[in-house]
Parts: sequence; C-alpha cells; structure tokens
Amino acid sequence: MAKPRIATTSLAGCFGCHMSLLDIDDRILQVAELVDFDRSPIVDFKRITARCAIGLIEGGCCNEENVEVLRHFRKNCDVLVSVGDCATMGGIPALRNLVPLEECLREAYLEGPTVHNPERRMPDDKELPLLLDKVYCCHEVVKIDYHLPGCPPSADTIFRALVALLSGKQVDLPYGLIKFD
Amino acid sequence: MAASHPPTVPQICATFGNDPTRLVDIARQVQETYGHVGPASIDAIGRALRIPRVEVESLVTFYSFLSKQPKGRVVIRLCNDIIDRMHGFDQVLAAFTAELGIGVGQTSSDGITLETTACIGLCDQAPAALVNDVPVTELNSDRARQIVRELRKHMDPKQLVTKLGDGNNAHELVRSMVRNNIRRHSDAEGGDNGAEPRIVLSPHAPPEALRKALSISPAEVIRAIKTSRLRGRGGAGFPTGIKWEFTRAAPGARKVVICNADEGEPGTFKDRVLLTERPDRVFAGMTIAGYAIGAHEGILYLRAEYAYLRPFLEMVLQRRRQAGLLGPDLLGKGKHTFDIRIQMGAGAYVCGEETALITSCEGRRGDPKNRPPFPAQRGYLGLPTTVNNVETLCAVTKIMEEGSATFCEHGSKQSSGTKLLSISGDCLRPGVYEVVFGTPLRRVLAMAGAENAAAVQIGGPSGQMVGRDHYDRTICFDDLATGGAMMVFGPQRNLLEVVHAFLDFFADESCGFCTPCRVGTVQLKRLIEKVMAGRGEPADLETMEQIGRTMKTASRCGLGQTAANPVLSTLKNFRPVYMGLVHTDPDGYRRGFDLEGAVRTSETLTGRASIHV
Repeated sequence: MAKPRIATTSLAGCFGCHMSLLDIDDRILQVAELVDFDRSPIVDFKRITARCAIGLIEGGCCNEENVEVLRHFRKNCDVLVSVGDCATMGGIPALRNLVPLEECLREAYLEGPTVHNPERRMPDDKELPLLLDKVYCCHEVVKIDYHLPGCPPSADTIFRALVALLSGKQVDLPYGLIKFD
Repeated sequence: MAASHPPTVPQICATFGNDPTRLVDIARQVQETYGHVGPASIDAIGRALRIPRVEVESLVTFYSFLSKQPKGRVVIRLCNDIIDRMHGFDQVLAAFTAELGIGVGQTSSDGITLETTACIGLCDQAPAALVNDVPVTELNSDRARQIVRELRKHMDPKQLVTKLGDGNNAHELVRSMVRNNIRRHSDAEGGDNGAEPRIVLSPHAPPEALRKALSISPAEVIRAIKTSRLRGRGGAGFPTGIKWEFTRAAPGARKVVICNADEGEPGTFKDRVLLTERPDRVFAGMTIAGYAIGAHEGILYLRAEYAYLRPFLEMVLQRRRQAGLLGPDLLGKGKHTFDIRIQMGAGAYVCGEETALITSCEGRRGDPKNRPPFPAQRGYLGLPTTVNNVETLCAVTKIMEEGSATFCEHGSKQSSGTKLLSISGDCLRPGVYEVVFGTPLRRVLAMAGAENAAAVQIGGPSGQMVGRDHYDRTICFDDLATGGAMMVFGPQRNLLEVVHAFLDFFADESCGFCTPCRVGTVQLKRLIEKVMAGRGEPADLETMEQIGRTMKTASRCGLGQTAANPVLSTLKNFRPVYMGLVHTDPDGYRRGFDLEGAVRTSETLTGRASIHV
C-alpha cells in the first residue's frame, strides 16, 4: 500500500514553524518512513501532485496568493492543520490589522519620514500578489480540522501530532507542550 | 433669575449642596442650561464637588442625554426601535435629514440637533420622537417636515403639541399628545364583556390603602404581601414580601425604598401609563413599602425619556404632602415619617437593572454592582434598600385596599394577580392590557387583534421570541414570564432583521464593564449579519449558541445575561429560518470569506485587478 502523502506550506509566516518541524531531528527519518512528502518547502514541488492525507499550514493569509494556496491545500488534503499562532490567530502579521491598509501603504511608501519615492508609486508590479485588506487566520478562509498552538509549536508538539494523525489515534499533548509562559 | 443670566456651573452645583451623590442632577442641569457639559464645565463641577474630573467626564460620556459636544437648543431624538422601524422610521428620518439638511448626530446652523435613540416607551403610537422633553407621536414624513418648519419659527417644542392626549396627558402640567391606549378585553370583536379584573389599573382613592397599612404593624404588612404571593413585575419575579423582609431585617437605622421607573426595555410602556393615570397608587405603594421595611426616604427613579411627566408627578407628591400622605407624620398618626424625591435618569438602558439604578441614584455612571451584597443588605449609599417596579407597587396598594385573599382570587398559584402587557407591532389594537396571570397567549393576541401573528417577542429583547406552536402557552412566571412587553410580528416580517435590531440595541447599551457582554453582543451581531448576507454556515449557528451560553453564564449583570436571548430563542423556536440561509461549501471554503471585498482596496491602490477573483 502506498504511503500517505503529506504537504506543507508557509503563508504569511516566518518559516519558524517549518524550522520547528526540522527540529524533530532524526525523528524526521521515522516520519519519512511513515509518509511521502508532497508539495513542501522541504522538497520544493510548486503544486500538490497527488491527493494528500495531511496538509500542514504555517502562517495566515495576508495576500491573494496565500488564499489561492490555502484553497489549493483544502481541495487536495484530507486533513488540514493550522500550525502555529500565525495560522491559528494571525500572529505578528495581523498587527497590521490595527491600521487600515491604505494608511499602512501610504506610510510605508509615500509619507514615511525616510521614504524616497519621487514617482510616488505604490508597489504595483504584476508579479506581486495583491494584499488583502487585513490578515486573516486560516480558519476564516477555509475549514481547518486541527490547530496546533505555539510560536512556533515545539518539535515535540509537531511530532506527536503527526504521529497521532498518521496512526489514527487521539492527539495527546501534555500540558508542558502547550503551556507557554 | 433673569433669563439673560443663566446660573453658572458653581451656582448649579451649590443648588445641590455640592453633593457628589447628586452629580447626575447637576450634569443634567448644566446640560439643559448650556446645551452640553463641556471640558470647562467638567473642570468646574469637579472642583465644586471635590471629586476627580475624570469621574465627571466618565459620567457625562456614559449617559446618552449628556454630551461633551455642544448640542442645539432643540434636540430631536427619533426612536429607532424595531416597532418604529416597522412603522416608517426610515421615511421619517429621511424627511428630518432632508428638511434639516444634516445627518444623524449633527446640528443644523439654526440650532436643531438630530439624533436617534432606543425605545422611548411609545411603541403603541410609533414612529415617535422626543423633541427636547416633548414626545411627538405617530409621525410620518409630512409631519416631520412640518415639525422642523414650526421649530424654525419658534424653537419651542411645547408649541408642537396641538391635540392633547386622553386622561392626565391633557393635564395642564403634562400637556402631551401621548395617548394612554388603555384597552379593555371587550374592545375585541366578539370579546367577552364579562368580569374584567382591574387591579393595578383600578381607580385609587388616596388615603384608603395607606390608612389600612398604618393600622397594622409593619410585620403584618409584610405578612399580607407574602400571603398575596405578589412577585416583582419588572421581569425577574422575585417575591416582594421576602424582599421587604430581608430589607427590614438588615441592620441599620436608615433604609431606602426605590421605585424603578426606568422603563427601558424596548416595547414596554405600561409604567408610563401607570405614572400618568395612577401616580397616587404608585406613591402609596412606596409609602407602604417604607412603613413596612422601616424606611423614611423613597426615590422614584424616572427615566429621562419620561421627563415630561415630572412636573405633574412633583405636583402629585406636593398634594400628598399637603394631605398628610407624605411627610413627617403620615396621616397624623405619629407612627411613621416618609417622603419621596424624584431622581431623573439620563438615558441608559442598563440603569433599569437594580444595582446599576442604585449606582445611578448615587450620582455615578450606571455600572452594575457585584452581588452579593444584595441591595436589601447594602444598596443605595450602602444602606439596606428595596427596589420595586412601578406595577409591583401599584399591586401593593391594591392588596392593602382589598386584602390578600381578594388579590389571590386572580391568577394561578405561582403567579397571583394580574399583569399589565404593553402590546405593539403588527396588531390592530396596540396599547396596555391588564390580564390575569394564566391567560393563554392566543387569547391575548385575539384581544389585541393580532390573530395573524407569525411571531411574538415576549418580555422585550431580553425575553424570548415564540411562534405559532407556542400560542397556547400562558402568561405567568412559570411559563411565559414577562416584564410586560409584547411585540407582535406579522408573517411579512424578516425575523432576522428583528434579531439584528435587538442585538444592535444591546451592543449599544452594554456598559462595557465585562467582556462576555461587551464582546459577545458585537460578535453575535456580526454573525447574524453574516447569516443575513447568505454567507453563513451551519457551524456559525453553533458558534452563536456557544457565545450565547458564555454570555448567560459569565456576564456581570442582567443585561449581558439576557442579551443573547434574541438569538438563542429564535435559534430554538425558529431554526428553519436560519437553516434556510446557512450552507456548507463542498470544497471546504469558508463562505464568510469575501476575497473580492478583501482585495478591493489593493485593486484601487495598485490600479490592477486581482487574478484570483
């Protein structure tokens, strides 16, 4: 029987959650025995190639491309997990939600004290995805099955969650893994 | 005092003895004199009363009838509750804005301010507005334009009243166009003309009840009230006799009786009618309560919207003092001293909650207090206090007049006596009805000419919405408990719009002290908007129920504990309405997420269209 496939992506995140995933150290070999990696920064596929059992999402949605990728994951993964605080709650990027987008961009590109922009152009290259009016957490955009808290969730948290999902058992996260102060 | 020299702020403070517990009155008078309570006035009040300015400022920003910004000489407050919306609020508002050339919250160059306000207790003659203190009723767009034109000529709201209402509304101290709309069962076609018990609405001959009360001991008065099984008519239904007993037993020589006439529950207006037509019955009830619990002072807390009744009520109090029914020696029997003062509210729904009402009487912003201690132990100024509804006190007087046994002949075992209902909305005969407890809802609807009703909101927004399959239930504390409001909605109404209007009201009136209420009301409102826009999912309904449960359990006072009821009761009784609007997306996309809307600003700023929409 083919191994289940797993896909991961980082949207409006800092890749810290992916670093935490790598931080499971040699246990990644155990994971590799259990699954095949599909689209992921780890293997560099750009699109999901076949139906995946699990999708891990780092980061929320700050632009239209994030939304497109997240929807692509939702369509192609059986179980979608928000990994880390940006995916579950917006996190640091969502701080910009306190300022209207237009004001934010004006300050950054037109009116800030250190801005030199004689043409007074906002970034408008067609290669750049359009920013959303605010940063959305993942479950505001698609249905999310599980949330892993943490900034980032520790390697142990991610490992235990993955193993539980793959073995069809209940995720058991001891208090120490989800206590942050 | 010459009109050209209005009293200065320190003078106003001095009128109230520079007493910080009278801050609401002081602020109200400054507002009336100067059109606002500006920063300079706030400073001056703080200095005169020796309290921090922030306390004054916090109070001014709390109450809707007080403002830091200057307002016009005339303020038009158009009632925006759901019943008014159903009767042409939009058209009337459009006429006002067009004629005045200003929007809501603005002041015209000739000094007329336009505002909207929550229920002003005139749902049976909607749409209605207050022009300063003067109620104007049954408005339409023509009348609105005419009002503005007349005001521009004389700037005197009193002159807007041409046709006087019935009963005491025509009294020279009231002179109001408000109508009582006291209905009788037999008004209905085919209604029975048989015995219609009139208890709180029965005529009242002043000395009788008080004389009887004073002829027995306070303990016997309390026993009589307990025997009558009278329960509070404001909505909560706490046994009045037990409340009095607690207050009487509480240690301390100084005790207080407060009559809650802050009738703010949208759709309720029966207290307005009682205060207009049976003020002696109310005051007698307060006096009897004072005698029973051993209090010498009474406070009638009158909502700001009913200020037009104040001169009349003051006259009634004065008349009672002259007749020995109030004052240092009641009825000359050498037994008891009791007097009543009127405390005006300043526009805050939460002040109908008894602990918030007490805080407001103490001259502070109307934040609810923690319980315990209950008011019976530590209420107004820390003194043992009993707070009773207007209608409850009217019933007290009747019990004294005719005895507990006669009172108990009406109603059921758990709910004795009668209940006043304020009926409004889609019915032929809106108004005030006195029904015995245990009357089926179907019969009440027939009386009001609302046989066609698709839904009835019982007890105002904080109560519950019921549909046709509930019409055989009865009005009483154990079944359909109500503080008196009954809003009728015909089959043509969108119930979610009603729910939305109620949530809007609660979000606005939440005092903001505790998180479940402050945040929950807004969250529920957003979810309802989402469902109404067709973007809801079944999971949203569960979320709403969850938020509602949290609000019920964790809010600090009755406002937050009941603010989710419009949602919870419609989810329970009208679930198909919701189910028809919520859907699950087959791809697992959230229907509530609007990509098109989310990129709109970016599209404008960059001048190109999204490739994903």
